[in-house]
Amino acid sequence: MNRTYELMFIVRPDMADEDLEKLVSTLETTVTSAAGSVKSVDRMGKRRLAYTVRKFREGIYILMTIEGAGTVIHELERRLRVTEQVIKFLTVRIDEEQKRLEKIKKLREARKKVSAQPAAPAEEAPAAEAPTADVPAATV
Amino acid sequence: MTEETKAPAASERPSRPSGDGPRSGGDRPRFGGGGGGRSGPGGPPREGGRKFFRRKKVCKFCTEKIADINYKDYRLLGQFVAESGKIVPRRLTGVCSPHQHRLASAIKQARNIALLPFAGRAS
Repeated sequence: MNRTYELMFIVRPDMADEDLEKLVSTLETTVTSAAGSVKSVDRMGKRRLAYTVRKFREGIYILMTIEGAGTVIHELERRLRVTEQVIKFLTVRIDEEQKRLEKIKKLREARKKVSAQPAAPAEEAPAAEAPTADVPAATV
Repeated sequence: MTEETKAPAASERPSRPSGDGPRSGGDRPRFGGGGGGRSGPGGPPREGGRKFFRRKKVCKFCTEKIADINYKDYRLLGQFVAESGKIVPRRLTGVCSPHQHRLASAIKQARNIALLPFAGRAS
């Protein structure tokens, strides 16, 4: 059962870049070893937190997109909880939302095509009707 | 009650242009003016018809066709959060029910990851 998840976590602002890379790569290996796959890693950079977390006013945000079963997330979250540098994390399942968005997109495109196409036939239809309407008028 | 409030207001109105109001007029006009300005209960609307035409509120997400209400888009979500950090009710923003539902859950997710505050202002 493959699902897509989005994992966002915040590490402490004073973390060095090398340590961060190390942390991300260890997380990636845990995902791959649990039969999952990392789709993308996005380092969103340092940002002010909306409230203090563990006495930190800012943090480094990292966003990962992961595909795999729930057990992958279970292991990943356990690891994040243990890791001292990670001050907050949030996992969101996004595959159903993506499906919904695609559906809406398709629907909109289909509607666009429909609204674009009948414009041409609609012009022909009145033109075809017009002579028939004119004929009785002319005879009378 | 209604007669009592109406009578002083009527007597006050002519006195206002002459400019001898400040002493006693300090209280009264504020009372009447406040009700009229906010179009709240009582005041001008009761007296005669509608004075304020309120434009019909429309759902931002429907009109702008924003299908994806995501917790990462804190700038968008911030428009629907009051200064105190509360989610602004639908009756004030005009957001439709399905979108408000998604909006609320997105705001809650954003709060969880410290993109939006639980209380107070995000600095």
